[in-house]
Amino acid sequence: MSEDHEMMCGIEIHQQLDTRKLFCACESRLCDDGVGAYFRKLRPIAGEIETVDRAALAQAQKDTGFIYQCAPGATCLVDLDEEPPHGPDAEALETSLIFSELVNASVVDEIHFMRKIVVDGSNTSGYQRTALIASDGHIEVNGRRIGILSVCLEEDAARKVEDTGSLVTYRLDRLGIPLIEVATAPDMRTPEEVLEVAARLGTLLRATKRVKRGIGTIREDLNISIPGGARTEIKGAQELRLLPDYVRNEVNRQRMLLRIRDILSERGTGPAPLETADVTALFEDCGSKVIRSAVKDGGRVVAVRLPGFGGVLNGDDGALRLGAEMAQHARTKGVKGIFHSDELPGYGIGGEHVDRLRGFLGMTGDTDAFAICASDGKRAVDALTAAVNRANAALIGVPEETRDPLPDGTTRYSRPLPGAARMYPETDVMPIGITQERLESIRDELPELPEAVEKRLCAEHGINAQQARQLIRSGYDGLFVAIVAEHGMAAIAATTLLNTFSELEAEGEDPSAFTDTQLSGLFGMLKDDAFSKEAIPAILKEMTKGVDADQAVAALGLETVGDDEAAAVIAAIVDERADFVREKGMAAVGPLMGPVMGALRGRIDGKQANDLLVKEIRRLIG
Amino acid sequence: MTYSESILKLLSSISADTGDVLSVVSRGRSYRGTLMPHHDLSSPDVLIIKLGSGYNVGVRIYGDSTAEVVGKHAAEAVTEATAECVQGLPRVAVIGAGGTISSRMDRVTGTVRPMLSASAVAAAAPEVSRIACIEARSLFSLFSDSMDSGHWQELARAAAAAMDGGAEGIVILHGTDTMGYTAAALSFMLQGASCPVVLVGAQRSSDRPSSDAPSNLTAAVRFCVDGGRKGVFVVMHDTLGDDSFAVHLGTRVRKMHTSRRDAFRSSDSMPVAHIDADGRITYNDCMSEPAREPELKDAMEKRTLLLQAYPGMDPAVFEDAVMGSRGVVIAGFGMGHTGTAMIPLVKKACDAGITVVIASQCLGGTTDLTMYETGRALLQAGAVPAGDMLPETAYVKLMWALANHDGAEEVGRIMQTPLAGEMSDRRTADV
Repeated sequence: MSEDHEMMCGIEIHQQLDTRKLFCACESRLCDDGVGAYFRKLRPIAGEIETVDRAALAQAQKDTGFIYQCAPGATCLVDLDEEPPHGPDAEALETSLIFSELVNASVVDEIHFMRKIVVDGSNTSGYQRTALIASDGHIEVNGRRIGILSVCLEEDAARKVEDTGSLVTYRLDRLGIPLIEVATAPDMRTPEEVLEVAARLGTLLRATKRVKRGIGTIREDLNISIPGGARTEIKGAQELRLLPDYVRNEVNRQRMLLRIRDILSERGTGPAPLETADVTALFEDCGSKVIRSAVKDGGRVVAVRLPGFGGVLNGDDGALRLGAEMAQHARTKGVKGIFHSDELPGYGIGGEHVDRLRGFLGMTGDTDAFAICASDGKRAVDALTAAVNRANAALIGVPEETRDPLPDGTTRYSRPLPGAARMYPETDVMPIGITQERLESIRDELPELPEAVEKRLCAEHGINAQQARQLIRSGYDGLFVAIVAEHGMAAIAATTLLNTFSELEAEGEDPSAFTDTQLSGLFGMLKDDAFSKEAIPAILKEMTKGVDADQAVAALGLETVGDDEAAAVIAAIVDERADFVREKGMAAVGPLMGPVMGALRGRIDGKQANDLLVKEIRRLIG
Repeated sequence: MTYSESILKLLSSISADTGDVLSVVSRGRSYRGTLMPHHDLSSPDVLIIKLGSGYNVGVRIYGDSTAEVVGKHAAEAVTEATAECVQGLPRVAVIGAGGTISSRMDRVTGTVRPMLSASAVAAAAPEVSRIACIEARSLFSLFSDSMDSGHWQELARAAAAAMDGGAEGIVILHGTDTMGYTAAALSFMLQGASCPVVLVGAQRSSDRPSSDAPSNLTAAVRFCVDGGRKGVFVVMHDTLGDDSFAVHLGTRVRKMHTSRRDAFRSSDSMPVAHIDADGRITYNDCMSEPAREPELKDAMEKRTLLLQAYPGMDPAVFEDAVMGSRGVVIAGFGMGHTGTAMIPLVKKACDAGITVVIASQCLGGTTDLTMYETGRALLQAGAVPAGDMLPETAYVKLMWALANHDGAEEVGRIMQTPLAGEMSDRRTADV
């Protein structure tokens, strides 16, 4: 892993706050159904500094229309961009100030909300409202000081529910939910450290007690570069455990691109010309399904020459993969993919067609390559132009870009890195002065730090430090304390919130979706001996269907049995095995516990079953 | 409000200008960024700096704070896009009057102001130049709350000049707050117009990606080119979507919402037409303008009042204003009533030759002063019923009638005669 030290990584975390929406009085919750369908277009505009943002332009070139759905209770005219924003939610603002103090950042004297241009439709206004709350902070993780560049308060974007390419449908329930965005300095040096820092920041965010929990409520962006490489932003990772994989894979990708640059430079490869040729006629009798179906739909086969790029598109046993990068760029123009010479013959395209194409393109050199695309004519030309531009960028090295995280720990090109020109003042929201007095009173009442919570949990509830740390890290410490205060049973509560919950997660359930009331109900019933603790996993599994504990218990037939009923069941088991019992005497208790628990599992606890069994055996053997 | 004395002194001591890159140290914290202009609602002792990240922050300046210029602002050549004229397409004159449709953020003041030229607004909607040859001209750059009858006259003259010059349509970029008034005024001033005169505005300024300006303007130009109608109209969003536009008659339209894109509604009549996303026009009526000689009659009587009746309205408060005017429109209750206390003042005014017109604050439906006692008393006092005219339209028409016709009796007759679709004897169930 020593090579991993040759990397720099910074994290940006976006955490949803559990308050009202940032600029209106709507509830901040997601809804299963969308209502209405409002069609809108967004246009790129020149920013404050008179330059049109390159990311905004790339988006606008797609010429997409948007449909917006409302959600009762969770959206209003502000979300639809039909009413000016209200002042920022006081509780959300307060939370951002508290968090700023927790990461030792300097809060600005006056907060100015800005418009960050986003024309992908995820904001009805065409911009995200965001303000810098504090800068220049730090946290300590495993003895290393990690700089905090900024703490921002901003609005979440609308949720995409459908995308047909030319028309994207968004639901507005998520739009406007307050987010704290915290950005670290590029101080992380190993993939593992990235995970540790992200976990620590998550814990500090939850310490404010005003953050949402559950899937989708916290998202991480990673900024990664290696010496000689370039800053790549991996945007919107949701699974903490995958962060080290994203980092490792990105470091390897940048190393690969530097290797390709060196190979191309040694060859003296120059930029490939941006000239496309219609080669549909050459592929008339081609067996490739992709090509045949594209041509049948009126599409064309278009080719480009890539002199000097052979062997790096896909070479060295798959270690060099510039072709894959080019294909990702091509796909942003709406095509399914491209074929390049390093992977041909193949995909139903035979050697004969390859030779014919090479001849047509006048390719003579050993390292000459080509790429083809079969699609709607204009789209194919646009896609190949993007692919050639990407190939030519490889001559310089690693391009700066934004990438999407994938569930397998790899990433995919999404768009150019946005420039700094995309912000201008939000004239609809007034500046907010923050006095030193206000900050001092916040400092006086800062929430308990995770270390202190850990000590308290151990001291007051008798759980071990490991369990306490895990409860805090998973965000269940508050819930744990609430359950124990009401019902006791600290050990069972800790095991449930840690082990049982992670088992549920492994089964694909989302235990964070349980409400506090649901869980309190569960432990209340357990305290009243309504079922035995062994039944908790089964009951929780049933509760993931959205029912309360009592309904789950009833559905599973787990109501505890009275002593009389249990005694009758056990007596029957003993009588059935009367010979065995007479032969073994009291030594039969052990072997018979199996059948007894089998018949009564979850409805009686082990000790009680044992007592009854002993009693019944005594009865039989006198 | 601007920066405080002490900040201005600090800035001048280091010769810092807006746009320069500064390094500021205040109470142990340091910021580096571009000096921004003062924000109206920012504290005067706070300096606004745009950081490299693009964020603006306010830095409070104390006696011991320091600042240093680390980079001078290089003036950028700001080139404004201009609309094209493709020869052979119908000629449409675009006249700029200001408003949100012409607004963008002013980097000097930090506020949103109507500072875009008519040509720049048209250039932001490239579709427009494919439909028509745009001849853009900026007449003034005002928010419509600052407009008065003098501006209506200038607009009417500019429109008449464009008509004389052979324009096949005229589009006026206008603020929405008083667009209904201007539309009504132009309707009376430009009776017999030889081409459509379409007022268009925006509820979201042109510096926003979500602005309704480009789509509204495109629909307005489409109606000029393909509408086949003459007269004065307002074209705005018909729904909250960017795919549905309403063409309202200039005398029947009113702003009915402070912020929605579909704020404009026709009163007591359907909109003249609907335009969809593809520019298809569907008419709601089969009305055609009777052929008339175009005539510019732009005189307006400024000594005209518009009052709203309210419970307990005290005539003593209004007596001097009413008696000092030449005409008054009262937006009355229901069928056209005021409190009985107002009736003697109405009579005194009418006896003095002042025209008193009674409209209804219901906005929908017609007045009827014969039905109840109060109405009859108002009629006997000499008041003129406005019928189903909107109070604002009645007010503008009264200004026009007083200036262009002589004698209270003749003015009263004109007020009850439809001139530009502003009133009707028929109201149907579907509006």
